Amino acid sequence: MGIEVVVEGLTKSFGKQSIWRDVSLTLPAGEVSVMLGPSGTGKTVFLKSLIGLLKPEQGRVLINGVDMVNSPERDIYETRKLFGLMFQDGALFGSMSLFDNIAFPLREHTRKKESEIRRIVMERIEVVGLLGAEGKLPGEISGGMRKRAGLARALVLDPQIILCDEPDSGLDPVRTAYISQLLIDLNAQLDATMLIVTHNLDIAATVPDNMGMLFLRELVTFGPREVLLTSDEPVVAQFLGGRREGPIGMSEEKDAATLAAEADTAPAAPAAPRAIVPQLEPSPGLPPRQAVARRRKRVMGMIDTLPPAARSAIRETYAKSSEAATLPMPAAGSGA
Amino acid sequence: MITGALRQTGRLFALAAEVTRAVFRRPFQFREFVEQFWFVASVTILPAALVSIPFGAVIALQVGSLTEQLGAQSFTGGASVLAVVQQASPLIVALLIAGAGGSAICADLGSRKIREELDAMEVMGVSPVQRLVVPRVLAAMGVAVLLNGLVSVVGILGGYFFNVIMQGGTPGAYLSSFSALAQLPDLYVSELKALVFGFIAGIVAAYRGLNPRGGPKGVGDAVNQSVVITFLLLFFVNMVMTAVYLQIVPPKGG
Repeated sequence: MGIEVVVEGLTKSFGKQSIWRDVSLTLPAGEVSVMLGPSGTGKTVFLKSLIGLLKPEQGRVLINGVDMVNSPERDIYETRKLFGLMFQDGALFGSMSLFDNIAFPLREHTRKKESEIRRIVMERIEVVGLLGAEGKLPGEISGGMRKRAGLARALVLDPQIILCDEPDSGLDPVRTAYISQLLIDLNAQLDATMLIVTHNLDIAATVPDNMGMLFLRELVTFGPREVLLTSDEPVVAQFLGGRREGPIGMSEEKDAATLAAEADTAPAAPAAPRAIVPQLEPSPGLPPRQAVARRRKRVMGMIDTLPPAARSAIRETYAKSSEAATLPMPAAGSGA
Repeated sequence: MITGALRQTGRLFALAAEVTRAVFRRPFQFREFVEQFWFVASVTILPAALVSIPFGAVIALQVGSLTEQLGAQSFTGGASVLAVVQQASPLIVALLIAGAGGSAICADLGSRKIREELDAMEVMGVSPVQRLVVPRVLAAMGVAVLLNGLVSVVGILGGYFFNVIMQGGTPGAYLSSFSALAQLPDLYVSELKALVFGFIAGIVAAYRGLNPRGGPKGVGDAVNQSVVITFLLLFFVNMVMTAVYLQIVPPKGG
């Protein structure tokens, strides 16, 4: 089962430019979370801070009792072995073939025999659909393939925590749908805690258990997906609707004058209630996601603290899926 | 401005300390070391040999003409050999290790950094310093020591050739003044200089390569800076080491 990631009061700036302030959230163990946000709001910086590549000025990131911000370098290196990070463009080693790239963590951290390494690597290559390309160099394949190879490399040590930096960027909608399904299938197989950073609305709507959004140097919200999907915060509504009207501007935020002018010309378009798309299920033949049962328990426990819209959406979701979900649940529950 | 320069210096020393510590940490990256050793050697051997012949010749000609005017022609051999072994050879090594080896190391690490390869390595719990920098620094040191021997030999042969053939010096006087003035510690300090120069060149190249500023253009600038910084440092260190050596080791002729 995955590991819980607790973020407390994280604040990061580059020189005088503040990236985000006082971000606190908990990635529940084994669940899939998505961090949304317009371009340039420090989503990637957030990911890199979680894993200790960047050091925020304040706050803590606790994983198994190790603080990825302030703990000694040695503990951080040890803890990183629990992680799999998929970089935006794969970050493959340019001088190695795909096979050697994917085998790299195994060769560095385990004493496995070459035949066993080969077996594991080929298995991962097959999972991400790159069979036949294992001998190629990263420079010889397309961006989408590099991304998938990066994912395979992140998976090879059976990570407990998987971080994905924009798994969709540069992919066509069909491939994005495949990646979404792949991520859910991985969660079912590995039961790892996952955080996906993206601005893709399809992924945001169908993949996660939990969603958060970064905007204007703040964490706007983080919680069960229904909270964000039913939220009437202008920022969230604008982002999910993909509209120009709202607080998000081309560069960053809009100034008050532009906002006022907008309000005058376009009298608030009646916000159509967004329908909540059901979450993806693992592909047939895979075990059910153990996180589903855990999440249900967790969300039902906190339901009274959620906004009313989210509350009714959650009740509705669980009412619909109760028959389907109860069947595999005993098996899943025993593992949890 | 000053704090900026001090900060850079401090980080450079921190990297040097980290590399020194990581040298003793297992597992040692033997394969990477051999590859880098071979690479640095292959880009420096030929230019070093080609540079050292005219360098030995220039020193022989200059010293020869000077000693001729002073009437001390019989000491030409010893003087030019000392100049080659103690000064010219380590400096030629420094120029080549920094210019050919160091620039390649810096460019390699810098491009890996901007492609996020080094980040990826850290994320996988592998220290880039231990995995990449240590083998490169050790390779630069090893090649520098061996190269210094090569340059000394070729430089002395070049000096001998020009003195004996071109200036009509006698082979016997050349060789006897050689053994009259030169002593083994001259060679030791020469090799020690080469070792230190290799270390400095490797560290500076790695430091600039690990911290390029702003994309591909930054890597080009970093390479440029690493070569210039290394040159400045090496010539300074050479001066200090020469001064210390002349103080603590008594000259043989005196």
